[in-house]
Amino acid sequence: MSAKTLYDKIWDAHLVHEADDGTSLLYIDRHLVHEVTSPQAFEGLRMAGRKVRKPENTIAVPDHNVPTTPDRVQGIKNAESRIQVEALDKNAKDFGIHYYPVNDVRQGIVHIVGPEQGWTLPGMTVVCGDSHTATHGAFGALAHGIGTSEVEHVLATQTLIQTKSKNMKVEITGQLRPGVTAKDITLSVIGKTGTAGGTGYVIEYCGEAIRSLSMEGRMTVCNMAIEGGARAGLIAPDETTFEYIKGRPHAPKGAQWEAALTWWKTLYSDDDAHWDKVITIKGEEIAPVVTWGTSPEDVLPITATVPSPSDFEGGKVGAAERALEYMGLKPGQNLSDIEIDTVFIGSCTNGRIEDLRAAAAILKGKKIKDGLRAMIVPGSGLVRAQAEEEGLADIFKEAGFEWRLAGCSMCLAMNPDQLSPGERCAATSNRNFEGRQGRGGRTHLMSPQMAAAAAVTGKLTDVREMM
Amino acid sequence: MEKFEKLTGIAAPLPLINVDTDMIIPKQFLKTIKRSGLGVNLFDEMRYDDDGKEIPDFVLNKPQYRETEILVAGDNFGCGSSREHAPWAIKDFGIRCVIAPSFADIFFNNCFKNGILPIALPQDQIDVLMKDAEKGSNARMTVDLENQTVTTSDGEVFSFEVEQFKKHCLLEGLDDIGLTMEKAAAIDTFEAQAVSARPWV
Repeated sequence: MSAKTLYDKIWDAHLVHEADDGTSLLYIDRHLVHEVTSPQAFEGLRMAGRKVRKPENTIAVPDHNVPTTPDRVQGIKNAESRIQVEALDKNAKDFGIHYYPVNDVRQGIVHIVGPEQGWTLPGMTVVCGDSHTATHGAFGALAHGIGTSEVEHVLATQTLIQTKSKNMKVEITGQLRPGVTAKDITLSVIGKTGTAGGTGYVIEYCGEAIRSLSMEGRMTVCNMAIEGGARAGLIAPDETTFEYIKGRPHAPKGAQWEAALTWWKTLYSDDDAHWDKVITIKGEEIAPVVTWGTSPEDVLPITATVPSPSDFEGGKVGAAERALEYMGLKPGQNLSDIEIDTVFIGSCTNGRIEDLRAAAAILKGKKIKDGLRAMIVPGSGLVRAQAEEEGLADIFKEAGFEWRLAGCSMCLAMNPDQLSPGERCAATSNRNFEGRQGRGGRTHLMSPQMAAAAAVTGKLTDVREMM
Repeated sequence: MEKFEKLTGIAAPLPLINVDTDMIIPKQFLKTIKRSGLGVNLFDEMRYDDDGKEIPDFVLNKPQYRETEILVAGDNFGCGSSREHAPWAIKDFGIRCVIAPSFADIFFNNCFKNGILPIALPQDQIDVLMKDAEKGSNARMTVDLENQTVTTSDGEVFSFEVEQFKKHCLLEGLDDIGLTMEKAAAIDTFEAQAVSARPWV
């Protein structure tokens, strides 16, 4: 038998049918659903008189639209948002799928809830009508975002029509330096490969620096595989993975745990497997980074200066001109001189307990800069509860942060958490697109530590100076 | 799904790279529970000012591009979110074909589910098509899916690649779910095997 990558192995284990032209039918183990990309799919099922084929493997939670202020227990004020969430309530009930409603303590961002509840397991295929489904790849699961038509297809058939991607290896050697995090890894990779560098590929992240990451860190890395253009990001499961999963509500138990473990331990890329593309980055060379522009590939170390359009070639020249204009920045300006007025810590990229601990470590005993708006939005109700138990919430509140309920919040600003035109935000989320956090809003992506440091000084800051 | 066979129409130039799904359809329009009616908000933030008035410079607001059916754009078109609202908005506006040097994966797939043909061509050919599109309503481009060609208003012809299954579905207007349902027996068999091999799933 020829050598295989981890992606090859998971693909082969889920292949239902392959046509002569390579068009394949792939079996889907877990289908995660949220309120924004699913109503039309459920409506499609109703109109065709179809059922959900595997309701027991379909998990829904509202996250994109939900307010994160305490008054949400009294209901969602925005009528359109409320209708979407109510539609999910009804669809979950009518079709008999697992559901974590808005006021359930387990509610949160779908990509945080799935792993937290033990739904995401190594070797699985996981899909969701959301591009950041790539997050689940941290478990060695083949996980990617799909459109609403595909959501309907998976609901009806538990399969997806796919063509196989190519294999790309991203190796991060050695160890990270102090102040450098999983977020800096994933942003640095995109900075190197570009937002289309991964198009047509599934990425496997490997190397000592990746192995040393916690599951939270690995999820941060895989989360942004999509920002690099890849269909999915993967990390082979190991003891760190198994330790995280064991005992979670939907993880296998007893004899099934042992059987699962035996299979999970075969889930790695063979030494002589074929890679279509290989990128290697030295962990020691990664610095704390921020984005300066309007594409996640616009990444630079915090110690750098704003680039000039003339530093680029081709279509990127015009893109840089447009980005600088939009961001209100001048070439040559120190990144660490850029003043901000908002800080957002949260999202499926950095809304887990470890992210909150990292931010709290910087904020302990400090205050945010006067006049700044700063919010922490935990990724789930359980993350929030744990942070309260650990005393992190008190640190945030004493520093001047708003301590919110769980949801996607200002990552995509579908709920009331938005930037106003011209406002500039230090954000731990994943996209700095024009208008992403609100029309005319300006986003700088960074790690939770860096965002916390920016909250204290009121400008983009090298966190290493505060450690 | 609406068939796509051959289209002759106005092509609009959008010479930007990394046109993301937030640009194509901003999040405030994702609150709908329908697929229709999004065309008016296609490229909303580039198309309208803060007061909701049209920005005359934006290509689709120009008189000669109001009936655009083909969009010619830069690298990595459709990057970002999985929102199918992006192709819904494009289709609802009346655009049936997007031509660019490359596309983001999820957007690319979403197009085919909605009767939209995304065509990837090398940059030098895109440059020619972009120039042709700049001629406005006097120039009509032709896209022929059966023969896999794009023809400029001057008669210059470029060939493009398309996966055979996707081509077949577009030409015939086929519904994926119906096609997969025909393989129900294979899914049943797979599922039975999977349950015994990986009972914890």
